[in-house]
Amino acid sequence: MKKENVPQDMGALGKITKEVCYATDSSGKYVKELSNGWKVKTDALNVAWKDVDERIAQAKQKVLNGEASPLLFFMEYRLMDLSILSDYTGFWKWQIKRHLKPEVFKRLSEKKLQKYAEAFNVKVEDIKTMTVNEA
Amino acid sequence: MKLDFEHRQSAHCESGVTSSLLSKISNNKITEPLAFGIGAGLFFCYIPLIKINNGPAIAFRTFPGLIFKRTCNALGIPVRRKKFGSKEKAEEFLNDVLQSGQPAGCQVGVYYLSYFPREYRFHFNAHNLIVFGKEDDRYLISDPVMETVTSLSSYELERVRFAKGALAPRGQIYYPESNAEITDDRIAKATVKGIKNNVNQMLRIPGNFAGVKGIRYTGLKIKKWRDKMGLQRAGSYLAQLVRMQEEIGTGGGGFRYIYAAFLQEAYAYVPKDELLEISKLFTQAGDLWRDAAVQASGIYKGRLGSQEDFDRMGDYLLEIAELEKTAFKALKNIKW
Repeated sequence: MKKENVPQDMGALGKITKEVCYATDSSGKYVKELSNGWKVKTDALNVAWKDVDERIAQAKQKVLNGEASPLLFFMEYRLMDLSILSDYTGFWKWQIKRHLKPEVFKRLSEKKLQKYAEAFNVKVEDIKTMTVNEA
Repeated sequence: MKLDFEHRQSAHCESGVTSSLLSKISNNKITEPLAFGIGAGLFFCYIPLIKINNGPAIAFRTFPGLIFKRTCNALGIPVRRKKFGSKEKAEEFLNDVLQSGQPAGCQVGVYYLSYFPREYRFHFNAHNLIVFGKEDDRYLISDPVMETVTSLSSYELERVRFAKGALAPRGQIYYPESNAEITDDRIAKATVKGIKNNVNQMLRIPGNFAGVKGIRYTGLKIKKWRDKMGLQRAGSYLAQLVRMQEEIGTGGGGFRYIYAAFLQEAYAYVPKDELLEISKLFTQAGDLWRDAAVQASGIYKGRLGSQEDFDRMGDYLLEIAELEKTAFKALKNIKW
């Protein structure tokens, strides 16, 4: 890639920091060049987040329908699968699967809920109401 | 306390950290491309059975941790590397290292990394940064992908050092344990070793999934994605391929440009004319990867979507596989 072709499409990252690209100057020598971003990859990132948003919306609906506990919503919201959540909380995967059932979730102790709250970085009461306080 | 340390922005976190940690003893000679090349960083791998973030597991670079390890090994620098079970011990150890005047490399997860933009926070645990001091409760951080230095509270740093999930860092800390100066002769030898390593990694690794063969394999698979999983999901898969290839940390073109830069810089230490010619092949490969990314974006943006479009996408990778095979074979044939 030639230095003058390094894309400068402002994206989410460009607002915070420019990134280093390696590109060739007029003599063919490689130099470092800063880039604000590239639309092709910003679009790729947006596709990933659109998929995540869909999964969050589906999870929320399942919780509202009484088919899953609010933990499912937060797992999707925090992009966590069973094994990541298991690592963060110290619960076994089969335990988490049980906790995903609304009737089991209702009986969870404050201590267990606290572990989930820490893993999701939210308050215990917010888990129950599926509230997120982030911009 | 603030150590005498110069922040340098780089494209890729691990080769950037390696280059910065070695800056003093190498007299700034170990640049990022040299660290990447000596560490044999260039790779390709697609593991079809594993999923990451509900998409394909694709890597354009070698396994995390290897670049630092191989670069130091090849340069004859002893390395101190430690993981921890206890968060308190991890912080204590870090404080001791800083007290002794040594900046420390840390492996961290990016999901709870507070200065990263939210859009970039996935559960990716193989990010690297350097801690170079502590003022009150804040650790001074040199993150190689950021333009300027930043800082984290001790809680924030602990959280990312003990991020959980695949490749969990477990507080991992590392730094070179030597003050001996690195000679040009040593760099020359390390460069040759790094190139040989990378040739093996791309040409001789067994199986279909990795190296040059892996690129070809992925190209053939992509042609089937549309029928196998439907247009939308196939689009998401291609988007993930592009992210692994172009996202921050790659220097563009799936690390191929960094590697091309490495071969140019290598020429200063090992004056073989072939290096400059082969460098151009990697530039071409990087350009082709980027053309392929444009084609992929046509698909995930919904502008393209026919089977011919997927065939064309797959053909890009077949062409790249041939080109990189030629390039690595040429490297292999250099008489050192």
